Amino acid sequence: MPSHDVLIIGAGLAGQRAALAAAQAGVTVAIMSKVHPVRSHSVAAAGGINAAVSVTDDWRSHAYDTVKGSDFLGDQDAIEVMCSEAPAEVMHLEHIGVTFHRNDDGLLDLRAFGGASVKRTAYVADITGQAILHVLYEQLMKHSDTVDRYEEWFTTSLILDDEGTCTGCVARNIRTGDMEVFTAKNVILASGGAGQIWKPSTNALICTADGITQAYRAGVPLMDMEMIQYHPTTLLENGFLITEGARGEGAHLLNSEGERFMEKYAPNKMELASRDVVSRAEQTEINEGRGVGEDGAGIYLDITVVPKKRTLEALREIVNIGKDFAGVDITKEPILIRPGQHYIMGGVKTDVDGATPVPGLYAAGEVACVSVHGGNRLGANSLLDTLIFGRRSGEHAAERAKSMTMPTNDRTQLLKDEAEIKEIIGRPKTGRRVSEIKDELGTVMNRYVAVFRDEAGLQHAHEVVRRLKEEAKSAYIDDQGTVFNQDVLGAIELGYMLDAAECCVVAALERKESRGAQFRTDFPERNDDEWQKHINTSINGDDVPTIHYSPVTITQWQPEERKY
Amino acid sequence: MDTRKPAQDFTLRIRRYDPDSGEAPYWDEHTVTLEPHRSVLEGLLQAKAKYDGSIGVRCSCRAAICGSCGVRINDKPGLACHTHLEEALKRSKDGKITVEPMGNMPVIKDLIVDMDAVHWKKINRVTPWLIGKTPVPEREYVVDRVSMVDVTQTMACIQCGACVSDCLSMEVDPGFIGPAALAKAYRFVGDPRDAEQQQRLKDLAEDPNGIYNCTHCFKCVEACPKGVAPMNQIMRLRRRAGSDHHIDDRNNGHRHEAAFVTLVKQGGLLHEAELLPRSYGGDSWFGKFAPKAGAELVSSLPVITKAVLRRKVNPKLALVPHKIPKQDVKAVREIFDTIGSREERYELNLYVVGDDKDLEQPVAGAVEDRSTT
Repeated sequence: MPSHDVLIIGAGLAGQRAALAAAQAGVTVAIMSKVHPVRSHSVAAAGGINAAVSVTDDWRSHAYDTVKGSDFLGDQDAIEVMCSEAPAEVMHLEHIGVTFHRNDDGLLDLRAFGGASVKRTAYVADITGQAILHVLYEQLMKHSDTVDRYEEWFTTSLILDDEGTCTGCVARNIRTGDMEVFTAKNVILASGGAGQIWKPSTNALICTADGITQAYRAGVPLMDMEMIQYHPTTLLENGFLITEGARGEGAHLLNSEGERFMEKYAPNKMELASRDVVSRAEQTEINEGRGVGEDGAGIYLDITVVPKKRTLEALREIVNIGKDFAGVDITKEPILIRPGQHYIMGGVKTDVDGATPVPGLYAAGEVACVSVHGGNRLGANSLLDTLIFGRRSGEHAAERAKSMTMPTNDRTQLLKDEAEIKEIIGRPKTGRRVSEIKDELGTVMNRYVAVFRDEAGLQHAHEVVRRLKEEAKSAYIDDQGTVFNQDVLGAIELGYMLDAAECCVVAALERKESRGAQFRTDFPERNDDEWQKHINTSINGDDVPTIHYSPVTITQWQPEERKY
Repeated sequence: MDTRKPAQDFTLRIRRYDPDSGEAPYWDEHTVTLEPHRSVLEGLLQAKAKYDGSIGVRCSCRAAICGSCGVRINDKPGLACHTHLEEALKRSKDGKITVEPMGNMPVIKDLIVDMDAVHWKKINRVTPWLIGKTPVPEREYVVDRVSMVDVTQTMACIQCGACVSDCLSMEVDPGFIGPAALAKAYRFVGDPRDAEQQQRLKDLAEDPNGIYNCTHCFKCVEACPKGVAPMNQIMRLRRRAGSDHHIDDRNNGHRHEAAFVTLVKQGGLLHEAELLPRSYGGDSWFGKFAPKAGAELVSSLPVITKAVLRRKVNPKLALVPHKIPKQDVKAVREIFDTIGSREERYELNLYVVGDDKDLEQPVAGAVEDRSTT
C-alpha cells in the first residue's frame, strides 16, 4: 500500500506547484492524475498571469482591481495574500524556465487584460498556461527522485478515519484496472473545475467536478457555487475559447449594426471591463436582436485592428483556432463569438493555506474556493490562484506532515468502490445511456444556469438535476474490460457532475440578488445589506444540500458601486 | 472551409485492440452523422456515446491544445480533434475514414499507445529542464526580446507524439532520440538563460542516436499540428553545434555536412563518391588519401557492394561527377554568395514571420538568430 506525507490529486498547475513546494520542504510526495500531467486543463489557459511586477505598479492596485472584479464577494485577506505574493511567484517561474515574452529592454513584457487598471499580465504568446504547465512538468522530471508520479490513475474516493480526518484515497490504475489504497498524512485536491456540467463549455472533457464532489461527499462545504463565469469570447461554432488577450491587444466587439456596443455598458474600460459585465452586454445585444450570424446568436470579435505582425507573434494560437475550427483568417476578417461557460469561481471551501474544514484535506486551484474570485474572476488571475495557493498548500501540508505519524488505512473503502464499479459494469441495458444523461444535464444548465437567471428557470433546472440523479443510478455502459475502461470512469464522473450541479443550482436559487456572475432578472440589483455573504452548500444524505452562510472578509476596501 | 454544409454520414473504420481478450487487433466500423467540418474526434466521440462506449481513445481539450488524441488517420499522423471529417474523407481510398493508433509506440488498447515507453523516455534523454545561468538574478533574467519569441515555436510543442509516430529514422533505429525530444532540446539551446548550451550540443552531437541521425525526410514537419517543425529545430541544433561551437563529433556529422555543402557549391550537385573521403579525410580533393578515409572506405565496402548489387547505386554515375549546365552552377553559387554575405544568420520562425505565405518579401521580417558565434 503506497504511503506518502503529502498526496496530491490532480496535476495541473496547482497540483504540480504543490508537489514541488512540498518536496522542497523535505517530505515524501506523490502526485496522481487521471491524465498525463501535461494534458491537464491548465494547458488551455491562454492570455497570461497577473502580477504587479512593473516598478510603476503596486500589488494593492492589483488587489483592489480583484476585489472590484469579484463584485465585493471575494475575501480581501486572501486577495491580499495572492496579489502581494504574485511578483515573487512570477519571478520564480521565470527562473525555472518559463519563456515569458520580453519588451525591448529585455524585461518581462506586460499586456492589458480585463478589469485591470494597468498593464499587469505577463505572458508567453497566447500559450501561457501551456508554457507554465510544461515548465513545471520539466521540474517534476528533474525531481523524479523526490516526487512519485501516478499518471493515469483515477480517484474514486477520499478516505476519512473515525475522527473525520483525511488519511488518503482509493484510486484505480486506468491502464490496468487495478484498485489501490493510498495512505497519506495530507491530501491536496488539485483536480480542477467542473465545466463539463455545461454544454458547451470552454473546458476540457476531463473537467468533471471530481475533486469538488469528492470533498463534498467527505463533508466539506462548497462555497460560492452559484458563481459561474461565462467568458465573453468563445467560438459561436463550438464554444472554444478565444483568449481575452485578443481584446488585451486591442480587438473590438461589434454588433449587427457595426457598433462598438461596449460604449453603452462600460464607457471607460470598453471591451476590457470585467468578464461578467462584457458577457452580459453581449447577451443583451443578442437578446435585443442585434446579434450576428445564424439566428443572430453571435457577436463579432474584430482582431483585424491589431497589427498583423503582432497578431502572428502574440496571438498565434487563436490564428490557428480561427483557421481550423471556424474557417476564418482572424487577421483579415472578424470572427463570430458568444459568451460561453468557462470557469467556476466557487468550489471546496478553504482558508489561505488551502486547508479545508476536514483535517488533512487541502484544496487548491479551480477545485477550491478561497475565495479570491468572489462573484467574478478577473482574466489572468486563475493561473495566479493555482500557483500561489498550490504552493501554499504544498508548504503547509508538508509542515503539518512533519509532526505526524503515518496513518493506517484498511481496505473497507476500496472494497466498497470496487463493488460500485462492478455494479455499474453489470447494469442491464434497460436504463438510459450515461452519455444521454450528461448531454441533457449540459443543455439544461446552459439554458437556465447561465448569464441571466430567474426563479422559474432555476427551479426547473433543479427538478431536472434531481431526476437525472435518479436516472444515473441505473445508467448503463458498454465496456466490461479492465484496461482503459473509460466508460466506467465516465459513469463515475457523471455522478460527480450531478452532485456539483445540484449545489450550483441550489446556491443560485438561494441568492436573491444580482452580483458578479449571478444575474437574477427577478432581482436585478446588488443587495449588500442582505447578500454580501458567502453561500455554502453541504451534503445532506441523498436529500437536497443544506445551505448555510459565512461572512465576507473585508480588510481595506468597502463595497461601492461597480462601474467600468 | 464551409461551416454551413449540413450533417452527413461518415464511416469510421477504427483499429481496435482489446488486451483483455487475448485476441489479435481487428477493424471495427461505425457510421456517424456530423457536419463535414467537424473533427474526426467528434466522430469518434459520437460513435462512443451512441454505439460503443468501449472504444478507447485519449482526449481532453478537443481544440488541439492538450495533445492527447494523437492517432493515424488514413495513414497520416495527427490529432483527431484537428482533422476535419471532410478532409479525412478526401484522403480516403474507399470512402471510409481509417483511424489507427500512432506508430513507433506500443499499443495499450484501441487507439491508446504507451507514450512513456518511447516518447517520454526520449524527452527525458535531453535533460529537459533549464539549467539557469548563475548567479540567479533577483528579478527576471534580462534577455533579448526576439530570443523569447524564437523559442516559443518549440514551447508550442504539445507532446502529442505525432512526429514520433512517423519518424522514419526511428522506425529503422529505435534508439534515435527523435524529433520531439530534439525539438525540446532546442528549447534550451535556444534559450539565452541556459548555462549549458555548449555541453548540451556536444552531448547531442556525440551521441550516435543524436542530431546527426536525422535523415531530413520532413515527415515530422508534415505531422506536427502546431507548426513546431521539429526537423528545422534539429537543423538549427546542427548549425549551432557545427558552425557556432565547432564540435568535431565522433559521428563525423559536422565534417559530413561541411563536405556536402562544399561539393554542392562547387559542382551545383552532390558528387556522391567524393562525399565519404572528404567527410573523413578533410574537406578537400586530397581527402581520399587520408588514412582515416581509407579505413572508412574499406569498412564501408560491404555496404557499397550490397548497394551496387541491389542496383541502388550505379558505379559509373556515382564515380563520375554530375555535369550540369554552367549557368545552373553559377546560379547555385549565387545562392551561396547571397546567404554567405549576410552578417547575421536568418532563420524562418513561425512565431516571428508567420507562414511562408504570410511573408510579403522572401527575406524581410525573417528572424535573425543572435546565437553565440
